[in-house]
Amino acid sequence: MAKRVLQIIDAPYRCTVEEQDDPAIWITHAMRGAGGEFGVLLRGSAVNYAVKGQDASGLSFGGRKQTQPMNPEHELARLMEKDVPVYVVQEDVEERGLSAGELLPGVRSINRTGVAKLFGEFDAVWHW
Amino acid sequence: MSEKKKITVSIMDGPFESARTVTAMRLIDIAATRGYDITVFAYEGAVSLAFAKQTAHANAVHGRDAGEEDHPLPREWIAALMQTATQNGGSIDWINCGLCVDERGMSESIPGPRRGSPADLWKAAEASDGTLIIGTR
Repeated sequence: MAKRVLQIIDAPYRCTVEEQDDPAIWITHAMRGAGGEFGVLLRGSAVNYAVKGQDASGLSFGGRKQTQPMNPEHELARLMEKDVPVYVVQEDVEERGLSAGELLPGVRSINRTGVAKLFGEFDAVWHW
Repeated sequence: MSEKKKITVSIMDGPFESARTVTAMRLIDIAATRGYDITVFAYEGAVSLAFAKQTAHANAVHGRDAGEEDHPLPREWIAALMQTATQNGGSIDWINCGLCVDERGMSESIPGPRRGSPADLWKAAEASDGTLIIGTR
């Protein structure tokens, strides 16, 4: 029986330099490709993944330059193109001084009080 | 009589760094003792848990030689857990994320664990009664 899984991400930018992506977002792409159905909830500091115009380029250690830095905006947009809804917790966005206009189009804002209801729309919740 | 349980556990932390690893082992141990069919998906640093070259060492601070220290190694825990599962009529399918293995050069695993992909995690989760994700913090 197909299950719908909500992926919660709240520990962002953890190993994104080495991986050049977020592992929880990456594995969601991979499992979506395997037929899984998912939603992604960004909460806490991870709401920043949904901010437009991030640029992680320019890193260089010695002569070794990073040429393919993480681009969370692009990766989240690709997920939404694959019918994976992306949610942010509105209060977490506001607490970080961000506004709705700074977020990637298509990202859905929910209130903290709506998180439990969102859980109910999925068969399982995986907290990365 | 209830059907045999199937569970999936995904671990993300490397060995010797986080209490999450020990917690995962405790949960897997209980499930193995109960004869569950268990899939473990070792993601990112957790692929190091089954690395065959983990080596016990003496501990001068403790004043013990290697034998006295009896240093616990995750690779030995994994082997023991797989044996426990089998003895109780269950199984452990320990899957190391292949790309994570390649990134870290961790291809030398103990016998038992196998190489896989996120698709294996998804298939296991679909077939399981429950799935527990233990992410890194």
